[in-house]
Order: sequence, then structure tokens, then C-alpha cells
Amino acid sequence: MRKLALSDEILLSVEKPARYIGGEVNSQIKNPKDVDVRFCMCFPDVYEIGMSHLGIQILYDILNRREDTYCERVYSPWVDLDKIMREKNIPLFALESQDPVKEFDFLGITLQYEMCYTNVLQILDLSQIPIYAKDRGEDDPIVVGGGPCVYNPEPIADFFDFFYIGEGETSYNEIIDTYKKCKKEGKSRREILEMIAQIEGMYVPAFYDVEYKEDNTIKSIVKNNPNVPDKVKRQVEMNLSEAYYPTRPIVPFIKATQDRVVLEIQRGCIRGCRFCQAGMIYRPTRERDLEYLKKCAKEMLSSTGHEEISLSSLSSSDYSYLKELIYYLIEEFSTDGVNISLPSLRIDEFSIDVMGKVQDIRKSSLTFAPEAGSQRLRDVINKGLTQEDILEGASKAFNSGWNRVKLYFMMGLPTETEGDIEGIAILSDMIARKYYEIPKEERNGKVSIVASTSFFVPKPFTPFQWSRMDTRDEYLDKQKILRNKINEQLNRKSIKYNWHEADLSELEGALARGDRQISKVIYDAYQAGCLYDSWSEFFLFDKWLNAFENNGIDYRFYTCRERDENEIFPWDFIDIGVTKRFLYREYKRAMDEKVTLNCKQSCSGCGATIFGGGVCFDKEGRQKEVSYEG
Amino acid sequence: MKVRIKFQKYGAMKFIGHLDVMRYFQKAFRRAGYESEYSKGYNPHQIMSFAAPLGLGITSDGEYLDAELVRAEDPVIMIKKLNDVMTEGFHITGFKVLKDREENQKAVSAMSLMDVADYLVSLKDGYDINSSIKDQESFKKVFDKFLEQDSIDIVKKTKKNETNVNIKPMIKVVAYDKKEFQEKLATVVKETPIKAVNYESVAEAFDNGILVYLQVSSSSAENLKPELVMEAFYDYLQLEFNKFAWQIHRLEIYTRDEETKRLIPLDENER
Repeated sequence: MRKLALSDEILLSVEKPARYIGGEVNSQIKNPKDVDVRFCMCFPDVYEIGMSHLGIQILYDILNRREDTYCERVYSPWVDLDKIMREKNIPLFALESQDPVKEFDFLGITLQYEMCYTNVLQILDLSQIPIYAKDRGEDDPIVVGGGPCVYNPEPIADFFDFFYIGEGETSYNEIIDTYKKCKKEGKSRREILEMIAQIEGMYVPAFYDVEYKEDNTIKSIVKNNPNVPDKVKRQVEMNLSEAYYPTRPIVPFIKATQDRVVLEIQRGCIRGCRFCQAGMIYRPTRERDLEYLKKCAKEMLSSTGHEEISLSSLSSSDYSYLKELIYYLIEEFSTDGVNISLPSLRIDEFSIDVMGKVQDIRKSSLTFAPEAGSQRLRDVINKGLTQEDILEGASKAFNSGWNRVKLYFMMGLPTETEGDIEGIAILSDMIARKYYEIPKEERNGKVSIVASTSFFVPKPFTPFQWSRMDTRDEYLDKQKILRNKINEQLNRKSIKYNWHEADLSELEGALARGDRQISKVIYDAYQAGCLYDSWSEFFLFDKWLNAFENNGIDYRFYTCRERDENEIFPWDFIDIGVTKRFLYREYKRAMDEKVTLNCKQSCSGCGATIFGGGVCFDKEGRQKEVSYEG
Repeated sequence: MKVRIKFQKYGAMKFIGHLDVMRYFQKAFRRAGYESEYSKGYNPHQIMSFAAPLGLGITSDGEYLDAELVRAEDPVIMIKKLNDVMTEGFHITGFKVLKDREENQKAVSAMSLMDVADYLVSLKDGYDINSSIKDQESFKKVFDKFLEQDSIDIVKKTKKNETNVNIKPMIKVVAYDKKEFQEKLATVVKETPIKAVNYESVAEAFDNGILVYLQVSSSSAENLKPELVMEAFYDYLQLEFNKFAWQIHRLEIYTRDEETKRLIPLDENER
């Protein structure tokens, strides 16, 4: 029988002890003595969130396919256990073997959102691994970061030995092989990192120096080791259909956020919305093969026993075989009681048909993400959705029986005016009016419209990386304008307005475009008790503000500052394929309110063709012609 | 068809709550290739119920789960197929198809059939009771004295008030080793229990050797948890009860045969 790291007494004193015991269906059991390399994969948030993440399941599968490697998992202990572990000095342990993380060769941490940074420090601290990479010794695990936040790793660069920039499928095998070889040759930690830094896509922060100008902007980013590259190239898996896919994903005992089979149908997005980081860092769009997905769906449902399957991708409606795939899933599995959970789809005849088939019309709602309230601002952000699309789609769905609509908007977008904000209220009202065009006797009760706004946070590697972000007060004023405008509408009683917290977004903004100076702030905020910042009940904004102040850093330098065209960004040493020149051209086009066509309509020369595949090439393998370039 | 599954729950799985065990079995049926029947109505869900949900931290040799499957095969095949999809800590030991409602006029749910249950309560290593109880022998002496009281009163708290309840009549059988317990059981069960138990117990054994076998009431009319017995024992010793000190392990759940008034394990009765 497996021995647990925590005593019965501790496990029975904390909430949901199942978070800490491992042993789930499809988790891997190996004898640590039989392997050469032990890898601990971490999602720095609570178990139920971390277990819902597809990326870790993919990497877990890739690494465990190797006989010489044992990949295990660890998640952030919840606050109750966190306290006990500190009091009793219990080292953080991996779920499978229950062995201390500090005994592993690697600790891999996925960075999905900036607000997890204090949890990263918690993981290191509880593992009894020195928080700063420079303080680690030969026996400490090599700490590697991955995930979307590595497109600006600088705020947390001091805490990591290296970052894996790009998609995990391509290079983990090479990293493990290199590590094994180095170990056999008795190489030191520094020598190993030097070897790893020579694998494409790997960034070892210690080998790069950053110099600042007097105004605190960056003067230069220069390598201090002759053996490492000047620029780190993003890794891209071009063959998604033959790439690893975990057909035996782990099934948690407790209900995870995603309690279902998740099928990734494509990677990347053709749309080019100018606020969207995912739309840039996952280029080019690559689709998975239909037959391959059918096979995966079947295998995954039978290996997990899940009662639900959902499709995962950006802009799912753009997947070429969506119709075939969804009809296949319905025909093949819905009679077995498997629920098909639809991604958000463009509203048309097809989506209305499938929504009618797999959802209860009375309970489900239509979702639109216009993101901005006016056509002018939608052109600025290059959101292709028009008012006509929304009204027509809503009208069709209303006629088929739906009466609930969810609308998602962002506030604080570049160039936003009062008129654009008021447009959110006007558009919501227009949708409600559409509903009441239906004759009374054919209506399905009252219409319900929920409009939500989030605070726009400019992200690295987007055309808006040069933009100024609103302050909290500006945002709150805008909320007020919108609330007032909604109250003026004819159908105000049918419109519900939800909004996100502004404080959290301001901090996210500072961390997203921060530089290495910020690492001290993160460290101090963590030491002051900040943890689980993405959980509003634990978010301590005052402590963060203190940490900035004590380090003499004005966080608004990172948020509320329009950047100059030639400013060197902290993340400029990363080459994502999409060029800075393209992003700047898009920024200028945004200011001119000019729309850029999507990748299927026309190639706008972003630079992603360098990867040699995906949407950039036609079926015959010919590169699409670039229709305009800046 | 309605089926009753008997299983063991042990090791780390004692930390999985009963609602999650239900979710676990829902998925396990699917993995094994058997579909459940779904309830009709607004929120269809698989039809499933436990004889007696097991508290967190308790292990068991005798858990009963009633479910409704679209189809089933021979019990031997079912047990094998289900065990093939189990994880460590769950082991299926019995499977039977229950009679249809039409043939069986009386209430058939496992929960409603329950009458008594057997438990093994062991002191975990690293814990003491008091300085005078050093081993099983000294424990037996004190525990016997505790049981010899005219009445064993505990305070039962409900939402509205507190009442004193004498739990002594609810403690049916007490023994201090397996052999003694089996001999005593033989006088109350319809058939010898050894015949039914063709699997090894998963109860954890502790070096200190202090343990007690208890058979207690477990019906809807009269229900006693073994924790309460131990709490009353600490009261008797004028000690504060330490709930973490004892590993409770359920051995079996019985129904009472109407004719002979003797006990039958839940999966062996005819209904």
C-alpha cells in the first residue's frame, strides 16, 4: 500500500484531503528506483483548478512514456494545509510517490496567469527549495517555467533556472536526454544549464544581463555567456495530428473545474484581435485531423468514464471540420448518456441546430463576445463581429426558443470614448428589442440579457503592447457611465450588468509588462502574506501596494504609460515568429481604425510563415501570398 | 436492472467522501462498459445509493452500493470487469442482481434493510489512551468495566435540544480478537460468517495491538456510530476524546431474517 506524506490527523483536519493523496484513475505508478530522471510537474493553484489543465496532462503523458523518467504532479496546498506545513516544517511532496519535491531532478511550473506568481514562491518555499535561483545548490531540483506567461518571464526570472518558451511537445525529450548525459559526465548545475540553454527555445535568465536607462526603460538585454543564443526562439509543434495526445487523462476523485474529456481541436487563431495575446503567440493556426480527433474522443471517454466531452480551441467556429466532428460526437455518444458541451460558437443555422440537440433551450444561453460597444472601437481592436451579425444571430436564436443572452465586453480599450461605452448599453437594448419583435404569443417569457465587462490589460506580443492602460479610477468612472446609460434604456429591466474587480486588473497589468525589477516586489508581497491572488477573497491589494512602495517602484510606470515605438521591451529577446514590425503596424492600423483581414481571407505577413505550416500554406503546400505588409 | 455491489475501501481511499465515491463508481461503470439507468426529470442523474455512507477516515470490508444498470452479466464476470477498472483502495468482492420491484413487495433499498453492523476499532500507533492502559490485556479490563455499567449515557445533540441516550442496548456484540468475535457472531448470524467472507480483510493492523470488535445497531430506528462508543469510553475514563487516535474499520452490514430473527449479510439476503 502507498504510504502518504501527511498523517491521518492532518488529512482529516483539512478541507478536501483528496487533493493530497494522489492515486487517481490513470495516474502513473512507477518505482522511483527504476528511473534516471524524476520530474515534478506543478500547476501553482489549488488541485481542482490545476487538474483541469490540459497542458500538464499532455506533458505528463510525454514524460511518462519514457521508461527512464517518472513524471509526478504537485499543486498549491490550500491555505489550511499551507499553515500546517509551515508550522510542522513538512516539505511539499509529489502526489504519486508522496516523496518531497526537493528530491526531484526537475520541478516544472506552468504559468497560466500572472496572478499565480506568489503561489510559485509558495511552491518553492514549501518544497524547501531556495526561492532565488542563484541560491540553489547542486542537489536542488532544476526549476523550469512554461506556459503563456513565459512570453514575458522577466518579473519572475530570478526565481527560475530556465524557461521553456513555446509548446511543450517539441523539446522535453531533448532536455531530459541532455540532462541525463550531463549527469553521467558529472557536470555541475551551471554546466547543465549551459547545455540546456543551447537547446532552441530554452531561456536561462542567469546568462542574460539587462541594463536600464535613467528613465527606467531598458537600455539593453545582452547575453553574458558566449554559448547561448542572442534571441530565444518560440517552439511550435507543427504536426498536431501525430503529436502526443493523452488518451488516458487522469480522473480526479473530487470534482475538478473541468470534470470532462477535453478535446483540443486546433491550436492558434486566424482572427488577429489586437488585444489578444493567445491570437499572436500560438500562430500559425494548426488544425488537428478529424479522424484523429474521433479516435481520441472514443478512447478518452472509455479510459476515463467521463459523462461529458468538450472541445477546446480559440474561435472554434473556424475549425474546418467542426460540423462533422460535432455531429459525429452527438450520433456516437449522446445515446450513451454522454453530454456534449459546446464551445462558444458563431450563431448560425448549424450552431442553432446543434445547440437545440445537446442543450436544454430553457436553461442555456447564447453567448456573444463583441468586446467593444461600438463598431468604431470593434474596428480598432480588429474584432470582426458586427452589430448586424449579433442582431441577426440573436434574432434567429430567439425564433428557435432561446431567451437568454450573455454579452462580454472589455472596458479601457485604447481610444475608448464615452460613446463607445454607451454603445454597450445601446447594443444590449437593441438585442432585447429584437426579442420583442417576436409576436407575444410565440415568445418564451421575458428576455434576459447579461452584459459583463472586464478591465482591458495590455499584454506582451500584442499590437497593444505599446498602449497605456487605464487607472482604477478611470475604470470605475467608466463603469458609472455604463450603469447610468443602461438605466436609460427602454429594456433596462431585462439587462443585468456584471463587472470585474479593478484592483486585480491593475496588478495583472503591472506584472504582465513588468521587468526584472519587479521580482523584489513579488518576493516582498509573498513574504507579507500574499497568496492565491487570483482568488478575490485572498487578494491583498494593500500589501502589494506596500511592496511596490518599499522598493521604490511606481507600478503605474508599467501600466499607465504609452510606450515609444522604439522602446526595448523586457520580452524583446524572445522571437515568437510574429515580428515586432508587424505588431507595430497593427498598432498603427488600430489607431487609424483599420481592420486587418483574418489569416484564411488573406495573409498579412505577420512572420509566422517561418514555421512552415498551418494556415499559412494551402492544401498543396504552397505559401499564401502576402497581400499587404507594413 | 437493480444491482447490489459489495466492495472494500482502504488505504488512501478512506479520505474520499461518499459523494465522491458515488461519482467514482459512475465513471467506473462506464470504464467497464456498463451503462447506468438515468433518473427521469429535470436533472437526469445515475441512480445509485449507499447502504450506509462511510465517514471520512473510515475503512471497510463491507460497503454496499445499489445501482441500476442497463445490463449486467454473470456476477463472476462483473466482479472481474469492475476490478479491472478500480484503483488501489477499492476492491469489489460481491455483485448480485436484485429482484424486480414487482416480485418484491417490500422496500428493497440496502439502506432500509440494515439492522446491525460490525466494526473493528483499533488504536493507531503513536497514540495513548492513558498511562495505565499499556496493552490489549489492560485495555480489555478497562473496556469490560466500562461496558458493565448499568447504562452508558451519551448526550445526543439535535438542532433543538440535547437528550440523554443510553447506548448500552445498542452495543450488541463485543470481542477482543478475531476468533472470539467469530465465535460470538456464530450465535447470531444465520450461517457462519466465515463462509461468506472469502476475501482477506483490508483492515490496517497496528503494532500496539489495542483493538475491539463491536457489533452495533445500524437501523433507521436505532443507529449507533462506533465513534460514539469510544467517546463514551473516554468520558468514562474522564479523558478528553481524541478522534484521531482510533482507526475505525467496518467489517460487515447485516439485515435481520424475518423468520429466524438471525442476521444475514446484505448481499446474501434474498431480496
